[in-house]
Amino acid sequence: MSAIKKDSGFGVAHIILFFSIAILVIVVAVPVLLILFNAFFVNGHFNSRDFYNVLMQPETYAALKNSLIIASCTTIGSTIIGTFFAWLVTRTDLPYKGFMKGVFLVPFMLPSFIGALAWKMLLSPNAGFINKFLMSTFHLTEPVFNIYNYFGISMVEVMYLFPFVFIQVCGALERMDPTLEESARISGAGLLTITRKITIPLVMPSILSGALLIMLYSMAHFGTVAVLGVENGIYNIPTLIYERIHQSGGSFEAIRTGTVLATVLVVSAAVIIWAQHKILGKGHYQIIGGKSFRPMELKLRGLRYPLLAFCIFYIAFTIVLPTVVIFLVGGLKTYGLAFTLENLSLDNYKYILTEYTVTKDAIFNSISLGLAAAVITMFAGVMISYVIVKMKVRGKGILEFLGMLPFSVPGSVIALGVILAWSGQFGINLYNTVWIILVAYIARYMAFSLKSNSAALEQVHDSLMEASRSCGATMWQSLKDIVIPLVRPGMLASFFLIFLPALRELTVSIMLYSPTTRTIGVAIYTLNEDGETVMSAALAGIALIIIVTGQTIINRITKKVGE
Amino acid sequence: MDDIIKVEGVSKSYGKHQIHKNLNLSVKKGECFTLLGPSGCGKTVLLRMLAGHEAPDEGKITIDGTVVADSAEGIFINPERRGLGVVFQDYAVWPHMSVFDNVAYPLKMDKRPKDEIKKLVMKMVDIVGMKGLEKRLPSELSGGQQQRVALARALVADQSLMLLDEPLSNLDANLREEMRFEIKALQRKFGITVMYVTHDQEVALALSDHIAIMDDHGNIRQIGTPYEIFEKPVDAFVFNFMGIANFLPVRQVGTAFLVGKGDQKIPWEEPKGEAESWVAGFRPSDVKISRTGEGLKGVIKRANFLGAVMDYLIEIDGDHLRTSIETHKALSDDLMLKEGEKCIVNFRNLLWFDAEDLKEVNRV
Repeated sequence: MSAIKKDSGFGVAHIILFFSIAILVIVVAVPVLLILFNAFFVNGHFNSRDFYNVLMQPETYAALKNSLIIASCTTIGSTIIGTFFAWLVTRTDLPYKGFMKGVFLVPFMLPSFIGALAWKMLLSPNAGFINKFLMSTFHLTEPVFNIYNYFGISMVEVMYLFPFVFIQVCGALERMDPTLEESARISGAGLLTITRKITIPLVMPSILSGALLIMLYSMAHFGTVAVLGVENGIYNIPTLIYERIHQSGGSFEAIRTGTVLATVLVVSAAVIIWAQHKILGKGHYQIIGGKSFRPMELKLRGLRYPLLAFCIFYIAFTIVLPTVVIFLVGGLKTYGLAFTLENLSLDNYKYILTEYTVTKDAIFNSISLGLAAAVITMFAGVMISYVIVKMKVRGKGILEFLGMLPFSVPGSVIALGVILAWSGQFGINLYNTVWIILVAYIARYMAFSLKSNSAALEQVHDSLMEASRSCGATMWQSLKDIVIPLVRPGMLASFFLIFLPALRELTVSIMLYSPTTRTIGVAIYTLNEDGETVMSAALAGIALIIIVTGQTIINRITKKVGE
Repeated sequence: MDDIIKVEGVSKSYGKHQIHKNLNLSVKKGECFTLLGPSGCGKTVLLRMLAGHEAPDEGKITIDGTVVADSAEGIFINPERRGLGVVFQDYAVWPHMSVFDNVAYPLKMDKRPKDEIKKLVMKMVDIVGMKGLEKRLPSELSGGQQQRVALARALVADQSLMLLDEPLSNLDANLREEMRFEIKALQRKFGITVMYVTHDQEVALALSDHIAIMDDHGNIRQIGTPYEIFEKPVDAFVFNFMGIANFLPVRQVGTAFLVGKGDQKIPWEEPKGEAESWVAGFRPSDVKISRTGEGLKGVIKRANFLGAVMDYLIEIDGDHLRTSIETHKALSDDLMLKEGEKCIVNFRNLLWFDAEDLKEVNRV
């Protein structure tokens, strides 16, 4: 048999493993380690006392407290709203359920800081449209609403974060085997007892896991607090980190405070992710199978239409109203004018798209950064997931551990970490260039890419690759001919999952931008800070159009792939 | 030399779980060799080591005179360089390629000219009875058709050794039988060597020139022709694995040989060998029952009418055995027995196993 040739012993597997580890180490592990190092080591000596002192400074302590309060309120609010709507669209005879289900996912698309801007325009005590309207109509001397407090911040976050719970609980309720409930009913249990004793315990893991996701997101969330809290002295961890780094121009004291706060975030994130794994890992969850069933539906009877009206009102109030306000303000000649036809035009939109360098640059920066980050992260994610899911090589354990890191490192931590790593300490200074933002984006979105690519790779059975090897294809050839074509939908999904959020990114970019490297998110935020409210709103409007268009394209593609 | 596969002292474990220990095996050129064993016994692992998808922890594997894996020498040849045709248990037909592209792939890897590829693929598609379907995607094919694509793909490059891993297990009974003959016919036609892995003894008997029986611990118990395996099993495991088996213990008391726990003497020739106690093995069809006469006395514990045959469970002093008798014969011989009725049991063929190690005692 002449077909048998001697093997060259070339270790392709080890090269791939090496590159995968290198990418995760450079992009994620080094920044995080630098943060921990700077937080605990002063002048090269371990110093936990100093760590404690920084934590106990009034501002840092307040920021920790604020983060916790806001995250708790947001989590509780989102969980209640998300679970309620999920139950409504899966387990009742609410009219137009399918449509309503899609509508409740729309807030996912809206960047919460743009929502916060809109609500500021509506409800700020001095200039909010609703306050002004109520004051003039009822001849009041005091504004009715004030959004610059914990309640206002949490309310806005709830509006845009509740889909995390909604989507999880919907999934669980839809997949739950209805015979579990039916057998309880046959045993003579009433609907309330069934809900309390069967349904809720079964979907509890999904509810909790969605709630923890929101907790994690809210703790590390910059935008809403920056827009609504900072004015009234409410800082949370990310806004305080930003403030310190930004105002002090990177002094040692500021970096230390930043790293200490970031350490707190990393630890909380790790705890939250650990708790989530625990909850999802429990046996409970297995009762929920993969099959789709037709669940038992509660007859709402007389409440059908009032509840539908409530849902529509909720959507109108939280999605339509803010969006309309953004577009209207974006069309005003000057902020503060009434919304009359002669005050409104498309001039602002034309100006920011064709003439205004700040916004033109921002759009260009965001699109090119988003594209670059999406492409690089997509390919890196495929490679790393491939090693984790498919390869049997020694040293894979390190990679599995490193692969978990991107999931638990919040955006502001990444931003601070890349500042520490890429400002010249190691011979490369990317500070104030777009490259540092790109590196941070890659680190930030690696988790998305790993998730969707591992899911796609798990669908590709090992024997498909083995078959091609046995047909005479080398490992590279098999990857090219078999694996890549089969995971292409997953890669495409990860591309969009990175590209779209990158377009509206704020938390990371705000820490890293320079005057020439603003992104869309940064431009919207800074224009608003500088009082250019109408320009900021117009740019936000354009961002919304881009995001919604992009999302529609993704939905088309994923639907096609699903068929 | 005419051994195409030689496995010498191969051991393999996953973590702490030892699959194979010091395994030896050789397969002759041009034969159909079946590795038969219960599920989970490690047959697939051995096949994967032959194909190069796993490396042995210890030992040496030689294919057609070339060492493809030798742990001591650090030799390991990648699967693509072993020149084998492999059919996987789940077919592993690539879902994104048409039937034509699937079958053409090994030829493309071999860098054959385009028109030759086309000619060979169409010929092979025709041989496996898939003519006219070559443009279809696997999702548009039935399980049996995907199976044929996998077979065609393994055969097309004219490899002299084919490895097949339970390729018929997902098919329905009729198609399985049909494909079984087709594989055999293809093997004869191309004069290739086939290494076939299955847990289905019927397929193994129908296909093979030689069968190796593997037990749950990955040890090979017996290698032989289908006839030898079926008629002359070396031990009780092989006998039991090849079909429904009855085992009756026999013990020696003084000069008498008694059956089971009771005191009935054996009504047949005495067992041979050095053993102190034995187990007599026989198939249900080897049992003769009657209402009167010489033989072991038993009681019918269960009588099942299965249409063409009557199936009885008979108790003899606490031990049970199964027998079947054709219904028309039972009717003509007045042997339609009811539960609780007494009967006399005799035997046609008996195999004697040493009760200690369950090895066949007459074996030389």
